[in-house]
Amino acid sequence: MEPAIISIPATEEIKPPITGIGVIGWVRKNLFTGKFNTLLTLLILFAIVKTVPPIIRWAFVDSLWSSQSQACKEAAGACWSVVTNNIRFILFGFYPYDQQWRPIAAIALLVGFIIYSHNRRRWNTKLLIAWPLGLAAMGIIMYGGIFSLPEVETEKWSGISLTLLLAIFGLSAAYPLGVLLALGRRSRLPAIKALSVVYIELIRGVPLISMLFMASVMLPLFLPEGITINKILRAQVAIILFTAAYIAEVVRGGLQAIPRGQYEAAEALGLSYYQKMRLIVLPQALKTVIPPTVSILISAFKDTSLVVIIGLFDLLKTTHVTLSNPDWMGFSNEAYLFTSLIYFVGCFFMSNFSRRLETQLKT
Amino acid sequence: MLRSIKPGIVILVAALLLAIPLVVNAGETLDSVKARGYLIVGVNGGLFGFGMPDEKGVWRGLDVDTGRAVAAGIFADPDKVKFVTLTTQTRFTALQSKEVDVLCRNATRTLTRETELGLNFVAVNYYDGQGFLIPKKLGVKSAKELDGASVCVLPGTTTEQNVADFFRTNKLTMKPVVIEQNTELNQAFFSGRCDCLTSDASQLAGIRAVAPNPDDYMILPDIISKEPLAPAVRHGDDQWRDIVDFCVLAMIAAEDLGISSKNVDEMLKNESPDVKRFLGVTPGNGKALGLDEKWAYNIIKKVGNYGEVFERNVGEETKLKLKRGLNAQWKDGGLMYAPPFK
Repeated sequence: MEPAIISIPATEEIKPPITGIGVIGWVRKNLFTGKFNTLLTLLILFAIVKTVPPIIRWAFVDSLWSSQSQACKEAAGACWSVVTNNIRFILFGFYPYDQQWRPIAAIALLVGFIIYSHNRRRWNTKLLIAWPLGLAAMGIIMYGGIFSLPEVETEKWSGISLTLLLAIFGLSAAYPLGVLLALGRRSRLPAIKALSVVYIELIRGVPLISMLFMASVMLPLFLPEGITINKILRAQVAIILFTAAYIAEVVRGGLQAIPRGQYEAAEALGLSYYQKMRLIVLPQALKTVIPPTVSILISAFKDTSLVVIIGLFDLLKTTHVTLSNPDWMGFSNEAYLFTSLIYFVGCFFMSNFSRRLETQLKT
Repeated sequence: MLRSIKPGIVILVAALLLAIPLVVNAGETLDSVKARGYLIVGVNGGLFGFGMPDEKGVWRGLDVDTGRAVAAGIFADPDKVKFVTLTTQTRFTALQSKEVDVLCRNATRTLTRETELGLNFVAVNYYDGQGFLIPKKLGVKSAKELDGASVCVLPGTTTEQNVADFFRTNKLTMKPVVIEQNTELNQAFFSGRCDCLTSDASQLAGIRAVAPNPDDYMILPDIISKEPLAPAVRHGDDQWRDIVDFCVLAMIAAEDLGISSKNVDEMLKNESPDVKRFLGVTPGNGKALGLDEKWAYNIIKKVGNYGEVFERNVGEETKLKLKRGLNAQWKDGGLMYAPPFK
């Protein structure tokens, strides 16, 4: 008997309704479920249509990128010429005009270092030694005086070089100082504990502006005749002392979060105080407090712009001075947008880096 | 927050200034400037035409050139000078604590600054006064018609106080709109947040020039205050005071005598005894001040006379387009009057 060939009809695949899948489905599911969501979607859509095209028109279509100020006054769009025409003053300020490749070189070196160190797998002793050497090299490039580079005093360092100088040295000096203060505050030695408490509470009790005023206005009056401390150094020290107090409190929070058992276990192993802190407590505590530490570092980076009030020309002040020129008065939106972009890049990098660090350290 | 702590700090600093006995020996400042090799001048840093860096970072302005003139008088080199930016709050302390040798920062000479703050103001390098900028459509011809007006003004300077005094004296009312920064102040005014803007007359022309449509605005003829802007030095070193004073006066005297940076070399051969004494051909002045006999020659040759400095920084050819007015020579109806150089 011939086997009957039974053809089994292919089951008809019933597709879901066209309105339930793909783009349309996604839109229905996410944007138009229910009356309230539909209303919200329409409102937001309306707002986007109303605002985005004009902004793009202003910033890119009608804008001028390299013109004189007169042309700018007649233009309808953004006048980016205020930035392009003054870019060298905004970025480098008083640094001698023909020597400005030096801050560029120093910043390039710094960016190179940061990008290389971005990956945690590259962290080792060599890199730890390379960092101070790299910073010293940047200082030599900027200051000169050797290798037939003409000397440029620190008073002339301005614009972005000054902002980065204050930020990098400020943050990297404040962090270890803050950790020490946090340990000091939890110390069993009464003198150290009292000193740390007084320091932290005193510094946290005054605004940064008044610290900068003290450093720049009152300190010189107390110094003996003929001794003047560099203005930038004074501001730098004020920023370090201020930031350290805040970091200390954050780190103390981390120390308190470590269970007592960890301390006791370390002691049971016979570790000394130094070993206990270095090997057991601090690695865990510092890891826990990465998010608040980074937000303090970010706000300290932005706070460096407060040095304008003591007459230092940081990035914000050079922008401001450019806008005092009658040629460019009135184009403050464009100029400040540019400055905020630079600050944003710095801050975004820091928070991004901290997020990566948190994932890698599995906190 | 910023504004609320400022007065406290100013009072604290003023109290400290009063408490510190100033021990300065005559001749000390000149010696220390010479030993250092350059002069340190405190300037504004953000005031176009008076003290501000240009786009290459080179300092420009009337106050800056005054500082250069003092350097030229001492070192025969107008570039042996360092400019330090000072804010309204830090300017007088910087002078007291010897951070700067001279203050050329559009400071108004007043009685209390001269006495209680321990400063000596020298010859005035710009006579200013406070005025009003208004939109023409306001239809006002005199400041006395500004009753009930809202006034845009910067805080913390003599400007704010002057305008309040003016309205009170004339029994008028006003609403002050106080804004911290110049650029924001101007924009507030142009966008109509206040009826008029008050500032030093030297600034009003510049502000009007950057208006979206300058012809819609006018400066009222009334000047409501006297603002003699002069460089200042510390109390206690009379020789230094004389040097700075006469370096400023030399620029004024040179214009009076018809000496400019262009003809100064020919003027060396001039027969007039005044010119000969001024340029050091007949010696005496330099020795009396403790400077080189060529000091005035160097100032005029390397910086220029007052007229040249004025025109270069704030005159009709610049963005500020200021007329000489009170700052013309006494012969031309102004107040610039130098004593005899003998």
